[in-house]
Amino acid sequence: MELIIFYVFSSILVLSAIMMITVKNPVMAAFYLVLSFFATAPIWLLLEAEFLAVTLVLVYVGAVMVLFLFVVMMLDINIATLRKGFVKMLPIGVAAALTMLMSMIMVFNSGYFSIEKYAVPERHSADYNNTAELGQILYTEYLLHFEVAAVILLVAIIAAITLTHRRRANTKHQDIDKQVRVKSSERLKIVEVKAEKRK
Amino acid sequence: MISLSHFLVLGAVLFSISIAGIIINRKNVILLLMCVELMLLAVNMNFVAFSYFLGNAVGQVFVFFILTVAAAEAAIGLAILVVLFRNKRTINVEDLDALKG
Repeated sequence: MELIIFYVFSSILVLSAIMMITVKNPVMAAFYLVLSFFATAPIWLLLEAEFLAVTLVLVYVGAVMVLFLFVVMMLDINIATLRKGFVKMLPIGVAAALTMLMSMIMVFNSGYFSIEKYAVPERHSADYNNTAELGQILYTEYLLHFEVAAVILLVAIIAAITLTHRRRANTKHQDIDKQVRVKSSERLKIVEVKAEKRK
Repeated sequence: MISLSHFLVLGAVLFSISIAGIIINRKNVILLLMCVELMLLAVNMNFVAFSYFLGNAVGQVFVFFILTVAAAEAAIGLAILVVLFRNKRTINVEDLDALKG
């Protein structure tokens, strides 16, 4: 049963990955990447990584891929010039991929990772909580790393905003520097006005 | 039963597909970024598989950090891409020769 689930979802995953790199339209490529993330989540569920499977769908499909789609649709790109040389490079790409794949598969099937060396672990009982187990490690042993990850996300937010933010010239906004530097003499002018004489 | 090598081969296939994608789509920066995301997914698959078969949850913690860094990388990469398109009106890698490299 598990083997069937594994093969169904991994074939969806591999097919959508192949479609992603060959499809013409970048928007469709983004959608195929979304499909491959969706197909990965059940495979991670088979490996009892429930928290990461949900995180993959929420963070990747919900945030990163939406960002990708947003940018792809926002840019007005000429697909034809970007596709030039596609057919010429196709055999080179396939050859490089196959060479790498063959050498990796030779290592993986050589018996070092077989079922005798790495026995399939017992399934946890139904009340096993993957999130609690991860949190137990994350907030104790890896607390510093966790904080650094938070800082990295903050840096990403600031970098993305400062890169893309554009201040238009004719809008009204506060200039804090100018406001702080102002002196009273610039704001207040005392003018002496001679009083008219009463008649 | 599913052995560890099933998952490792799946990761290897994904990694090879993304390498082929980088070679054949080498002009389109958006597709290059997407192929890098797929490559990270292949690596994460290996981490999760080893974490399960070794009975050690630290592998999943590592995947968590990879997801964090990948999200930051995608955000900054796409921001650079938007600025690039605004200034040069193209995302073709061959047109980005201002540094005469």
